[in-house]
Amino acid sequence: MTTNPLDYNGRSRVFKIFSAIVLVLFAAVWVVPLLFAGVTSLRPESEIAADPTSWWSENFSLEAYRKVLDSTPMLTWYLNSFIIAALTVVLTVFVTSLIGFALAQTRFRGRGGVFALVLAGLLIPGQILVLPLYQIVQGMGLLNTYWAMVLPAVAAPIAVFIFESFFSGLPRELIDAARVDGTSWFGIYWRICLPLTRPAVAAVAIFTFVTSWNNFLWPLLVLSNVDQMTIPVGMATVASGFGIMYAQVMATAVLGALPLFVVFLLFQRQIVQGVASTGIK
Amino acid sequence: MATTTIIDDAAPARTVATLPTGGRSDENRAGWLMAAPFLAFYLLFLIGPAVFGLVMSFFNTTSVRPGLGEAVGLDNYRQIFTDSEFWASMGHTVWFTVLTVPPLVILAFVLAVLAERVARGKALVRFIFFAPFVLPVTSVTMIFGWLYAAEIGLLPNALEALGLPVPDLLGEARWGFISVAALTVWWTIGFNFVLFLAGLQDIPEQVYEAAALDGASPVRTLWSLTLPLLRPTVVLVTMLQILASMQIFNQMYLLTAGGPGTETRPVMQYIYDTGFSDYRAGYSAAATMIYFAVVLIISVLWYLARVRTRKGADA
Repeated sequence: MTTNPLDYNGRSRVFKIFSAIVLVLFAAVWVVPLLFAGVTSLRPESEIAADPTSWWSENFSLEAYRKVLDSTPMLTWYLNSFIIAALTVVLTVFVTSLIGFALAQTRFRGRGGVFALVLAGLLIPGQILVLPLYQIVQGMGLLNTYWAMVLPAVAAPIAVFIFESFFSGLPRELIDAARVDGTSWFGIYWRICLPLTRPAVAAVAIFTFVTSWNNFLWPLLVLSNVDQMTIPVGMATVASGFGIMYAQVMATAVLGALPLFVVFLLFQRQIVQGVASTGIK
Repeated sequence: MATTTIIDDAAPARTVATLPTGGRSDENRAGWLMAAPFLAFYLLFLIGPAVFGLVMSFFNTTSVRPGLGEAVGLDNYRQIFTDSEFWASMGHTVWFTVLTVPPLVILAFVLAVLAERVARGKALVRFIFFAPFVLPVTSVTMIFGWLYAAEIGLLPNALEALGLPVPDLLGEARWGFISVAALTVWWTIGFNFVLFLAGLQDIPEQVYEAAALDGASPVRTLWSLTLPLLRPTVVLVTMLQILASMQIFNQMYLLTAGGPGTETRPVMQYIYDTGFSDYRAGYSAAATMIYFAVVLIISVLWYLARVRTRKGADA
């Protein structure tokens, strides 16, 4: 690079160093809250009371974590969150990819109308529907069930469009060839096209999982039984009970954050690409 | 599916007759069958509630009794238009949006441009800014509640050490908005950052080479090349951000609970309070519709802006 006479894109040395310094400063600010929470959760409560803002302890321990896991149904909430998120992912990926394929590769009558209808749904922010949706879910007798969380989440127009754009990219000749061979439309979708859209499946699956896991307002409304709560709602109910036991509050925060943090560590590339691909349309 | 007939033939079907006889009707049936499961969910849990909410807004529905209750025509709307609490909550939502959109767009853009230019550590930077985005809101508010805590929190202590006045970060409405906005910037900036980074990577290197040959300075290149080429992304991110900020509820609810009093209560919480605590579902639905109308207007403006930027890009 240094031998390149062209100093294009402002890639001069000075500018690079300046960029690096600014980024390091901001990155430090971004890391502080997480690091401080982590450190606090490992300090004994008595030390925190004596010196709340210290970054060090004479006796780091996992005591606060043990207490939180003993005194709250955290593990049950993990399980609930996981079951709900997993069910939502499987149903959403299947149902939205199916219609995504139909919109992209079959020319059924009324397709334009369906397309417009789903597009209109993008304009409706999900959160504003809570009240009528609550009454509908209540009417169906689904309150305090996993299904109250899972079923409404499947109606995700954005996922339809992610799949539609991936399926549109597949060559028409591929489908025609399969048709000539006598493969059914469902067979073409399931055996030929879906395996080719793995990036879209990954993007929608991870998005759906994160959204479901972190959903707050809706589970707050539909899950009132402590043993059925998901992580974010359950944590909110116990947080006030800890009062000034800050190590326990931080341990709870860390425990709540941990699973998705690990998921993010493992699937960083797919998640980031998934986000980036929503900006394409 | 009875639902599927509603929109049949609503739009001109594109005629792509690639297969010989018999293929068309088979394709038609298959298309509808594959679209049907999603449409069922969609009509039941998205379009249905939207229509039901609209209907409910003309009744004095309460959440304690089943059924719609008595029809009241436009009474709910008339009441809301004179309800200072509703308009105050709309104002709070707008104020929160004003506080969060500029940093979440401009800062994310600047950080993305800088990150584009460093050779090493790009992945680490991306990780640091994006990681908070995957954390549950409860964890984030617990951590920031501790950072903001009066007397003992990290931030008040840091301000004191610097000899600056220490405001009541959570107890005072003025600072409550700023505290929640700062939390939101920390929590969600990674999303916009990644969108900008993706947009920047799509700009071909040759464009920059040509600019360098013409002797353009880095600032000039940024202003006259990068920014115009990235305009569609800027418009997209800005509008997504406005729509997201307009829906503020969770962080505010957990951090200030709308307090002190109702001085930081956003419109989503007003809707939640009237609908679920006061059981005035019909009234709450009418408030939702007015709020939705505002969001819809913004969305339409967004659409028009995008059409325009696309045309600009083509020309």
